[in-house]
Parts: sequence; C-alpha cells; structure tokens
Amino acid sequence: MSSAADPRVADVNGAYAVEADRLTKRFGNTLAVDDVSFAVPQGSVVGLLGPNGAGKTTTVRMLTTLSVPTSGTGRVAGHDVRKEPDAVRRSMGLTGQVATVDELLTGRENIRLIGRLYGLPLSYLRTAADRLLEQFSLSDAADRIAKTYSGGMRRRLDLAVSLVAAPPVLFLDEPTTGLDPRSRADLWLLLQDLVRNGTTLLLTTQYLEEADTLADQIVVIDSGRVIASGTPSELKEKAGAARVVVTVSNASDIDGAGAILRRFSSEVQVDEATRRLTAAAGLNEMTQIAQVFADSRIDVDDLGLKRPSLDDVFLHLTGHPAEEQTDESAAGEREVVEALR
Amino acid sequence: MTALSSYEVPPLERRSLLQHSLTVVWRNLLHIRRMPEMLLDVTIQPIMFVLLFAYVFGGAIHVDGASYREFLLPGIMAQTMVFSAAVVAIGLTNDLEKGIVDRFKSLPMSRWAVLIGRSVSSLIHSSIGIVVMALTGLAVGWRIRNGVIDAVAAFALLVLFGFAMIWLGIWVGSLMRSVEAVQGLVFTVMFPLTFVANTFVPTDNMPTWLRGIAEWNPVSALTGSCRELWGNGPVAPPGSSWPLLHPEVATVAWSVLLTVVFAPLAMTAFRRRSED
Repeated sequence: MSSAADPRVADVNGAYAVEADRLTKRFGNTLAVDDVSFAVPQGSVVGLLGPNGAGKTTTVRMLTTLSVPTSGTGRVAGHDVRKEPDAVRRSMGLTGQVATVDELLTGRENIRLIGRLYGLPLSYLRTAADRLLEQFSLSDAADRIAKTYSGGMRRRLDLAVSLVAAPPVLFLDEPTTGLDPRSRADLWLLLQDLVRNGTTLLLTTQYLEEADTLADQIVVIDSGRVIASGTPSELKEKAGAARVVVTVSNASDIDGAGAILRRFSSEVQVDEATRRLTAAAGLNEMTQIAQVFADSRIDVDDLGLKRPSLDDVFLHLTGHPAEEQTDESAAGEREVVEALR
Repeated sequence: MTALSSYEVPPLERRSLLQHSLTVVWRNLLHIRRMPEMLLDVTIQPIMFVLLFAYVFGGAIHVDGASYREFLLPGIMAQTMVFSAAVVAIGLTNDLEKGIVDRFKSLPMSRWAVLIGRSVSSLIHSSIGIVVMALTGLAVGWRIRNGVIDAVAAFALLVLFGFAMIWLGIWVGSLMRSVEAVQGLVFTVMFPLTFVANTFVPTDNMPTWLRGIAEWNPVSALTGSCRELWGNGPVAPPGSSWPLLHPEVATVAWSVLLTVVFAPLAMTAFRRRSED
C-alpha cells in the first residue's frame, strides 16, 4: 500500500480532524444524544464536558464507530463514520472509560496484540513496544501481566496501546476518572506532550479543572444537548464579569468603603453581616481601588479579585452543579492544577 | 517521563479475516497458558466423572457385552464436547463485559474475527479435554477396538458436534450479561440435558416416555457413534429409536440442524449486542 493512499494522512481539507454533524442517538424512548454538532480543528484539544449520563460517552461511541447514530453523522480525519468505518478506525485511537487492557496479557503483549490487529508488521512492533513502554514508564512492568498493574499503570498502558499506530486523532473517554491526583497530573503531562507533537484530542470529562487545563475548546453537554461551547475563558465570561471583593475591618467603615467602590463601579453589593462589599470590576480597577484604600483611613481585612470558575459556569448554564464531589477530591484537583502551573 | 517524540510508523497493512482471527486465537490461547485453571472444566471435572462412574456407580450399572468403563468413556467425551458451548459463552461474555470486544471493534478489523477466533480457540480448548479423557480412559481400561479410520471418524464427529455447539455458545454469550449468568444456565439446563441420554446408562431401562426423549437427544447420537466406531459396547438396545440405529448419520444431521438453527440466532444476537 502506498503512503499516498494511507488514510492516516487523508486530506481533511486542512480544517477539522473530528466533526459531529447533528449526531442523535435514541435508546428506546430515551434521547441519549440529541442533535449534537461540533468540530475539532486539527492539532487542537476539545473537551466534552458534562455530568454523568449527559451523553458524552454515547457521542464518542458514535464518532469511533462503536455505535451507529440514529440520525446525523460524524467525520474523523475526513472519513464518514457511517460510510467508511474502516478508514475511520485506521485514523484514530480510543481509550475507553474503563481501561480495556487485556488483564491476562503482559504490557508488551497488549501492545503487540493491538498493533497486529491495526496491521503493523511484527518487526516494527518489537521496537515500538519497547519504546512505548519506556515512554509511559512501564519498562519495569513490561513482562508482567496487566492484572498486577495499578490503576494509573493500566491507564498508561491503555494509552500506550492506543498510540501504537500513531493515530492522528485520539479519543479519550474520561481518561482520569478514578485516578489519584498524582497519576492524573502525570497523565495530563503525557497528553499535553502528545498534543505538542500534533495529535488531535477529543476528550470527555466531568472534571471542570481537567477541561480547563487541557482543552482549547470546551463543548458543554447536558441531557444529550450542547448547551454551550467556547474557550475556557469565553465560557467563564458567560457566567458574569470579574468582581472585586473587599472586607472591611470595622462595620463603621462600610459606608465609606461603599463610596470608594462606587467611584469605580456602578454595581456594588453590600453584605452588612460579613462586612463584605462586592463590586463589578476587573483587574485594572482593582489595583486602583487597592491604592485608594491604602491612602484612606479604612482598615481592610481582605481585598481581592474574584473570577468566575468553570463551576460557576456550569451552575449558570444548567442550574445544577457539575458533579457532587467530596471535599477531598476537589482539594486534590486544585492541588494538581497548582502543580501544573 | 520521557518526551513522546514523533516517529516513523510503517503504513498499516490490510489483513485478511483469517489473519485477524489467528491473532485473536493467539491471544485466547495465551489466556489458557496464563490461567491453566481455565482448563479445569475439560480436565479435572471429567476425570472426576470417569472415576466416580467407573468405580462408584459402575458396579451397579450392567451393560450387555462390554465393561462399563469402556461404555462410559464415549459418553464423557460427548458431554465434554457439549460443554464447548459453555466454554465459548463464558469467554465471549467475559470479553463483552470487560470492554475487550469494544476495543477490537475500534480497530480496522472485522468484528467476526472476534467470533471466529473465539470459536477456534474453544474447539482447541475442548479438544485438549478430549485428549485428557482419552489418556484417562486408557489408564482405567478403555480401548479403541476397531480400525484407525473408524477411530478417526469418531473424533471427527466429536469436533463436528462441538462446532455446532459453538453457535449455541455464541448465542447464549451474546444474550447474557455476566459470566455468572452463563454458569448458572450451564448448570441448570445443559448439565441435566447431557444426563437425559445414553451417556452414562443404557436407555432400555428408562420409562418409555423418558427413553424416547433420551434417544432423540443429540448427545445420544454422538455417544452412540463413538461407541459403535470404537467398539465400546452396545449402541442400540432392542426397541431403540431411529437415531440410535443410525448414530453416525443422526450425529451429522443433528450437527447440521443445530448449526442452521443457532448460527443465524447467534449472529443476530452478537451483531445487536455489539452495535450499541
């Protein structure tokens, strides 16, 4: 087969590596995915964000030819998922929600198995398996059966297996669900590395921080429908502008502080009980406001800028929080984000 | 972690269904090597049966013109082949449950390679059981008393019947949601079915209504064929039904019929299960 006919380098009109075109999936009376459209530019990362049961996995299953759409279609590397499923499969790798490594095979055998099924020659797979295992820090466990691997190791092996044919498009369905913060951070670094090397990623996640960290574009899905999309900062803007929050030390200063804030912002809210004043204002105003307070005789306990988080975005868009998290896991997530910056 | 540098990957070759199926067979056989206890169902369990029936029940069961141990072996072998269905079903359900079938489906290969690979490895699995049975039989006094061609013909009929059973296994495996459910079905349905036959006792002492069912049981035709071809005792006691009078023809006919019935059911169920 000549490389010109290799579907992995198929002409995608230079534009989109993945397109969802009015994808719809109905199970009985339930509309799991309802008229979902979006596009992933080549070399970029798009995050499908939504709570459990929003239709993220079903969307990915349709785009990866595992499930036939009830209506609408999708394209991967320019190939229609309905009409050319085989070409789609040759252009993509998939890492599912549950790490689907073969537990009774060793790490090396897992890579060889999938490589053989992709249609790669054994001579190549010998060296490729060694390299992938090393890249994913699995060399020491290469000849142990995957059953003995930890959760993080399984995910890494799953990803290594998906990359054996170096597909230009990679689908990741909740790649870090169930991982501890440390393994999650490791995986994020690996994914960022992949993107730097030109791989297009479509990932689903219910972690807002994950979408914020990895994705160039976020598509928010709720109850099978796209309810918003944009860059992480665009989405945050939708939830409202930034605010300057001032807490004064003495209740007697509340009026004075309010007067200062009104010079910079037309919208000031006062909470007498906590002595906290909130003004719609950005970073520029905040530095000026801080200066004015410093020059005045008003004692301030706290003064800062509050930007809306993706959590606020989600609440704003859907009317319900993204996902109930334990304090511990939420704290772990924040820790990871700090570590990455 | 080292950086993932981009590297040259050779073009993907187009592989035939046969090549993909053989890769799946290789993978399934590795499973048996890693977990030899998977073979218990076709080794220890039938050996236990041989010993139980040969030494515990054997003395109380009278067979005209042959030792009970010789009479018993073809029955145990037929039973082992019937359980090919369970071997396939358990393997397939396991792969579906663990998402391995999804992984295979996301690759540029035919999903039928999953079934063909599973069928071939299950036949190998059951055939290992037949070899173990034959060796155990030889140790307790079972002998092949006719020619080589007849002997080989009997083994061929066992494999043919196993092939038909595989379709039943694929059907059951595609419908069931857990390995436990498959095992439950095997013990409550298949196990008794292999007893209501001439596998362990001659049929002529059964009540008339039961004798009819037992003699028309496909397992009886298969057992009868092996007994006749290996010379292991009487096949058709006086008053037997047609299948026992022509066991080889009946075995081939049953195998074809079971395949014709279960193959379409199996393929439809598997396609439906693996589409959503």
